[in-house]
Amino acid sequence: MTTYRMQVMFQYEFERPAGSGRQLFRVLPTTIPGTQSVESANIRIDPDPVETRDFIDFFGTRVIELVMPAGITELEFVLEAEVHRAAHQIGLDISAPLGRMAVEIANQRSLNAASPHHFLAATPRIPHVPEIAAYARKATSDAATAREAVEKLGLALNRDIAFDAEATDVNTPPAEAFRLKRGVCQDFAQIMVAGLRSLNIPAAYVGGYLRTLPPPGQPRLVGADASHAWVRAWCGADAGWIDYDPTNACFALGDHIDIGFGRDYDDVAPVTGMMRLDGAQTGKHSVDIEEAPVQNQSATPSWTPLALDLGPKSRSRRTEDIVREPS
Amino acid sequence: MESAGSQTKTAAQPRRATLGIDSYAALQSVPDEMLGPDGKIRPVWLPLLDHLEKLPPENLVRSLARANQYLRDSGVFYRQYGSGASTERPWPLSHIPVLMAEADWEEISAGLIQRAELLEMVMADLYGPNQLVASGHLPPSLVASNPQWLRPMVGVQPRMGNYLHFIAFEIGRGPKGKWWVLSDRTQAPSGAGYALENRVATSRAFADLYSEQNVHRLAGFFRDFRDRLLQEPLNSDARIAILTPGPWNETYFEQAWIARYLGFMLVQGDDLVVEEGRLMVRTVSGLRPIDLLWRRMDGDYVDPLELNPASRIGTPGMVSALRSGGLSMLNALGSGVLEARAMMAFLPKLSPLLTGQPLAMPNIATWWLGSPAEREAVLADPSHMALSRALDTGLPFENDPPAILASSLEWIELERRLAAEGPDLVAQETVSLSTTPALIDGRIQPRPLSLRVFLARTADGWQVMPGGFARIGSTADPTALAMQRGGAAADVWIVSENEVPAITMAPPRRGPYRRNAPATLPSRAADNLFWMGRYVERTEQVVRILRARHIREAESGRGAEPLQNALDILLEDYGIVPGDPIPEGVIATLSAAVGSAGQVRDRFSTDGWSALVDLEKTAKLLAGKVAAGDDAARALSAILRKIAGFSGLVHENMYRFYGWRFLTLGRLHERALGMTGVVSALARPDAPHGALDLCVELGDSVLTHRQRYAISTSRETVIDLLVLDPLNPRSVRHQIDQMMAQVSELPGSVGNGEYSALARAVLRCQTEVATQTPETLDTEALDAIAEQVSDLSVLLTEAYLR
Repeated sequence: MTTYRMQVMFQYEFERPAGSGRQLFRVLPTTIPGTQSVESANIRIDPDPVETRDFIDFFGTRVIELVMPAGITELEFVLEAEVHRAAHQIGLDISAPLGRMAVEIANQRSLNAASPHHFLAATPRIPHVPEIAAYARKATSDAATAREAVEKLGLALNRDIAFDAEATDVNTPPAEAFRLKRGVCQDFAQIMVAGLRSLNIPAAYVGGYLRTLPPPGQPRLVGADASHAWVRAWCGADAGWIDYDPTNACFALGDHIDIGFGRDYDDVAPVTGMMRLDGAQTGKHSVDIEEAPVQNQSATPSWTPLALDLGPKSRSRRTEDIVREPS
Repeated sequence: MESAGSQTKTAAQPRRATLGIDSYAALQSVPDEMLGPDGKIRPVWLPLLDHLEKLPPENLVRSLARANQYLRDSGVFYRQYGSGASTERPWPLSHIPVLMAEADWEEISAGLIQRAELLEMVMADLYGPNQLVASGHLPPSLVASNPQWLRPMVGVQPRMGNYLHFIAFEIGRGPKGKWWVLSDRTQAPSGAGYALENRVATSRAFADLYSEQNVHRLAGFFRDFRDRLLQEPLNSDARIAILTPGPWNETYFEQAWIARYLGFMLVQGDDLVVEEGRLMVRTVSGLRPIDLLWRRMDGDYVDPLELNPASRIGTPGMVSALRSGGLSMLNALGSGVLEARAMMAFLPKLSPLLTGQPLAMPNIATWWLGSPAEREAVLADPSHMALSRALDTGLPFENDPPAILASSLEWIELERRLAAEGPDLVAQETVSLSTTPALIDGRIQPRPLSLRVFLARTADGWQVMPGGFARIGSTADPTALAMQRGGAAADVWIVSENEVPAITMAPPRRGPYRRNAPATLPSRAADNLFWMGRYVERTEQVVRILRARHIREAESGRGAEPLQNALDILLEDYGIVPGDPIPEGVIATLSAAVGSAGQVRDRFSTDGWSALVDLEKTAKLLAGKVAAGDDAARALSAILRKIAGFSGLVHENMYRFYGWRFLTLGRLHERALGMTGVVSALARPDAPHGALDLCVELGDSVLTHRQRYAISTSRETVIDLLVLDPLNPRSVRHQIDQMMAQVSELPGSVGNGEYSALARAVLRCQTEVATQTPETLDTEALDAIAEQVSDLSVLLTEAYLR
């Protein structure tokens, strides 16, 4: 069990006073029994929102709903949290043979958040892309099990696609990033999800954070860490869900901190915004994660309720998503 | 019908023949609504046929014209989307109603009520415990892949206790004479308002017959539905509203119509805001709560924040309001999940499970091709099977791409498609419909029909509208697929053997009579009314200037050039490029007025709307064919008279509340601006000869000037009359005085001796004009006043229209 201290920050500046807006933040690490727990979480918002509320969405992600006052020219959102995360080993491959997947999926008679049925259909952000399907078929041609297929596809993508923070943006479709063979974690994850779904392997898009391991003997780079995205694949009834990070070509075992998962980016977008804006806006986003000293680790990690001020009134209208995942 | 009594039976015989009554025959192996299985005319049709055959041909023509006239007068239209542009089309009415005996109708009603109950239970399960999936009665992937299964709504209880409140079923009569459900409309079905309009139109065409026959009235259905909604425990200041996607929606007319009919507010997503978990509407009196929303748009469009992020017609936070229990919505968000065609493959099995009874009225035989056994069955015998998308909604022929016949594919291709796309496909037995008589070229002929039947939840449970919306095919081809080639709509008469009660919409009297406060005005509606006032007034000014120009051209030809140039400069201020006798800019301004009016159809009398549309049509027509000079001048005079007619209608008939005030403010504001502009341009010291007379002519004050000053025009008399004289209804002073009067009546304007920013600005403007004299009012001072007036629009917008 490792304990991380993390700070997540979003800063926006608006060219002209912005109309008030309703915002959803999906930034809080989630609780996964036996794997991840939240020791404490504090959120600071400047200026004070006029309304705050929080709820758990369909896929179990904790969502913070804010209404910002009208006329603001800047907005700062800071989350400070302490999170326990257990490191796991990748065990024996007990995943389903690919030929059995259809039957195993059909036998799942549930529509709860963990049901594989949510994660096979195309979505607006991850449509079916024949080129990706053909690539996935080729990359996994000698895979026997679902997990093998996941790993082979992930390795192939990591080999063939270059990490490039400039080549794409938050709205670049997977087909386009695949054609460019460039992109960031969001592109890697979207392409891999599209590929796995084309192989009839249910695949979810996971949003979270990644603690970057510092090179030996060097201090870790503050601010180098960022919002991250990877893939969660359903590998049969016995193996269940397995996380794979195609950006780093590894199973996600201990260095990843989960926020939540869904069918595509829209289900886990860190900020879904509804600001009424006339002018341009600029945004900054950073994530700092460091290992906490050992004595701080608590035996009974628990959720700490957010202490937020409540105030009156507002109105809102939508603009584009204002945050992208830089890694 | 004056001659009907003198008609003898023998005289009627040839009439019967020309109408085609005797030769009317059902199509091969297709049941007919008028002819029973034995080929004999069903008794319920006899009075109508009798009526038709006694009607002299010219009276019949007149009767049908009355119905069409009604539809035109009430502005019934639907928006049709074609290649690129969308157009409004008049409603195509098939005049012969579909007649049905009460006993037959009761059987249909019972079947549909059972289905409504079943769908409610399925809905409650899909958004609740999901037992149907867990127990294997519904395939999970079918639900999970349905874009109308709205995950944020899972676990959210409907505040009204039920999910479904107003739904429709499309039904048709199969080859063996039994009725089948063709599709389930649980999302936000349209057509009930059109059904009412069809009723009014048809009952005008056959007025005597309608009043003699015991035809069930429709009003009771709407009254009971409305009364159920009014029963909701609403907060004292809260309101019920209908949520429309807006005037570009194909059925906007109907939504506006129903809102007027039921007395509910019509709102668009942009009018609404969620505050502290409650839904509020922006009005000219500030935010006002809405407790109950009847949505007429697809569920996923309602909230771009938590549902479809591509929606531009929703309200962010609506789901949040539903989640916190601050809002009732019907139908519950997510009810579209029931409409998927593939659900019809499972409902027959779910019915005994959930209701304990088999379906009383079957739906079209449907197979979901996600399962191997069903795919093999289709491959084994693809005849009589239509393939379509599993999650499509509506009638098979309505979708794009439409259903195709399985047998039209090569077997290999069919096998490939089923293997590749199975879970996305359904096979349905191809349906043929029954026929009903339609009047085509003066003769009645059989045409296929499908029927949309409406159900509303009332205080006593589901109630079926006794009637419906019948679609009549344009050709005799009775296969359902042929219906995509368009057709007409017809009224449906449920005829009782007993007298039917007359029904009004008026609620039962409870306690002493109370006059309700006028409904509050949404800011968007006020904005549109304000701009409509401005555009109509602007049109009038431009038309006056153009007319003056053409008159001068006709009278003095080239000699009038300096004056014409002065007028051209004025026109340019309006963005009008002179050239054509009636330039495009005039039509554009008028179209903008119609556009604004179209946004507030629910607040507008149909007379006013018709007058405005007629005005636009006339202007367009004339623009295409008049020649410059005298011809154009006369055309423009005709347009001016029509504008005056419209203004008169509005002024005489519109209820004097906020809506009228904003419309009036728009007109006053535009007229003040226009008049200052005209005087500034034409009463300047260096203006060409004749400019002062022209000025008075444009101010429509020639006669007044002659009476008041008894001398020829001078700069002083013109400025006095057109700017300073408070008694001249065309003067700048008069507009500002009236604006002050209107603004004082707006909410939050004047109170406790305090003035709002807008009221202060109008008052300053008023004082400025009132303290001027013709001598002090030079061009510079005029332009300063114009600027002051112009700023009023900004202040008004900030205070009320956002």
